[in-house]
Amino acid sequence: MQEALTSLEKQVWEKLQLVTDPEITSVSLIEMGMVEAVEIAESKVTVRMIPTYIGCPALNMMENDVVKSVSDIEGIDEVEVIFLKKPIWTSDRITAEGREKLKEYGIAPPPLESKQEGVWEIECPYCNSPKTVMNNIFGPTACRSIFYCNSCKNPFEAIKPV
Amino acid sequence: MSKIYQTPEEAKQDQQYLETLAELIYQLADDDLLISHRGSEWLGLAPHIEEDVAFSSITQDTMGHAAMYYQMLEELGFGKADDIAHLRKPEEYRNAALTERVNGQGHYKENPDYDWGYAIMRNYAYEVFKKARLDALENSSYAPLADTAAKIKREQFYHLYHWEVWIDQLSHSTEEAQNRLNAALKKTWEDVSSLFDLGSKGAKMVELGLIESVDVLKEKFISRIQAKIEGAGLEWPGEFKALETTGREGKHSQEFVDALNELNEVYKLDPQASW
Repeated sequence: MQEALTSLEKQVWEKLQLVTDPEITSVSLIEMGMVEAVEIAESKVTVRMIPTYIGCPALNMMENDVVKSVSDIEGIDEVEVIFLKKPIWTSDRITAEGREKLKEYGIAPPPLESKQEGVWEIECPYCNSPKTVMNNIFGPTACRSIFYCNSCKNPFEAIKPV
Repeated sequence: MSKIYQTPEEAKQDQQYLETLAELIYQLADDDLLISHRGSEWLGLAPHIEEDVAFSSITQDTMGHAAMYYQMLEELGFGKADDIAHLRKPEEYRNAALTERVNGQGHYKENPDYDWGYAIMRNYAYEVFKKARLDALENSSYAPLADTAAKIKREQFYHLYHWEVWIDQLSHSTEEAQNRLNAALKKTWEDVSSLFDLGSKGAKMVELGLIESVDVLKEKFISRIQAKIEGAGLEWPGEFKALETTGREGKHSQEFVDALNELNEVYKLDPQASW
C-alpha cells in the first residue's frame, strides 16, 4: 500500500501524524488507531475516523485539528472528517508506537489480552513493575482508570481495555 | 429470518418498518437521556470523590449513548438530533418511569437529601436491563442499530461492573447498609416493569426482527440480577409489580416534566447557538 501512495496522500498522512489526542499530546490519532482511511478526490480530502468513546468530548476538537492541519497542504481546498459507526474502536487498535508513547506520558497502555474479564495485569509505566493495584476503575476521563504502583510508589493512569 | 436493512435510506423506503424502528430508538435514547440526567444531579454529592469521578464518567458515557441514538433518528429524517433531544413536548418522550424518578427529597441546588442506596439499585437494575437489551440489539434487523449496540456494550461493561462492586461491598458491611439496600431494591421494583414495556408497537418490533421479545429480555435480566441479589444476602423482591402508567406511550410524572424543563432550559435560550 505504501508504495502506491501519491505524494499528496503521503502529505496527508504526514499531517495526520502531527495531530495528537488533545488530552494525551504524545500520541497521534494514527497511533491511537483512529484513522481508518484517507480519500482524495481532486482537491477534496475525506478522512474516515473511528471514534474512541461515544461521549468523548475531545472528538470535536480532534475533528477541528484534522481539518486545520490537512487544509494547510497546498492544493487542498476542502477537508471532511467522517466518524464511522463500523468498525468499532477497541483498545487493541493502539499501535506499538502508540503504546510506547503512552508510557512516556505516564499512562499504562491497555492490556492486550484479558479483555474486560478478570483482573487486569497492568505494568507501571514508570518502573515496569507488575506490582500495581487499581484504585478506581474510572479516572479523569472515561477511557482511563487510576492505579497505584507498590514498587515505585507512583500513582498512574491506565487506558481501560474495551 | 427478518429482512436486514443496511442503511437509513433502505429503512426509509418501508414506512411501517421506519415507524416501528423510530419508536424503538426513541425508547432507547430517552431512557439513556433521563437516567444520565438523574446521574448528573449527583455531581458533587456522591459519597466520596472517587465515586464522583466514576459516576460522572458513567453519566457522560450514557449521555453519549443517548446522543448517538438521537443522531440515528436525525439520519432517519426525524429532524435535528439536538432538537429531538430538547424540543419535544413531555408526552412525546418514550422513557421508562424507572429512569425519570427523582434521586430523593430536595433539589440538587437546595437541600438535596438523596438516597445513595436507591442510586445504586436503580442504576444497577437499569444497567442489567440495558445489557440484556444491547445483547438483543446486536442481532437487530437494522444494521446501524446493531453496530451501535456493539459499540455501546464495550463501554457499558464498566457501568454494570461498577454498581456490582457497590452491592458486593455494602451488602457485606453493616446491617444498616443491608437494610437500606433492601429498601432501595423494593423501591426500584415498583418501577421495574416500566423497563420491559415496549409500548403499543412492541409486537411489531419483535416481528420485524428489531429486538427480542420481552420474555427473553426478562429471563436474561432475572437470571443475572437474582443471582447477584441472593448471593449478596439481600431480599429478592420477586414478581414485578404490574405496570401503572406507560412512559412508552408518553405518560410521565410531574417529576419528569420538571426534569425536562431543567434539561432543556439552556438549549431553549438559543437553539441556534453552536455547542
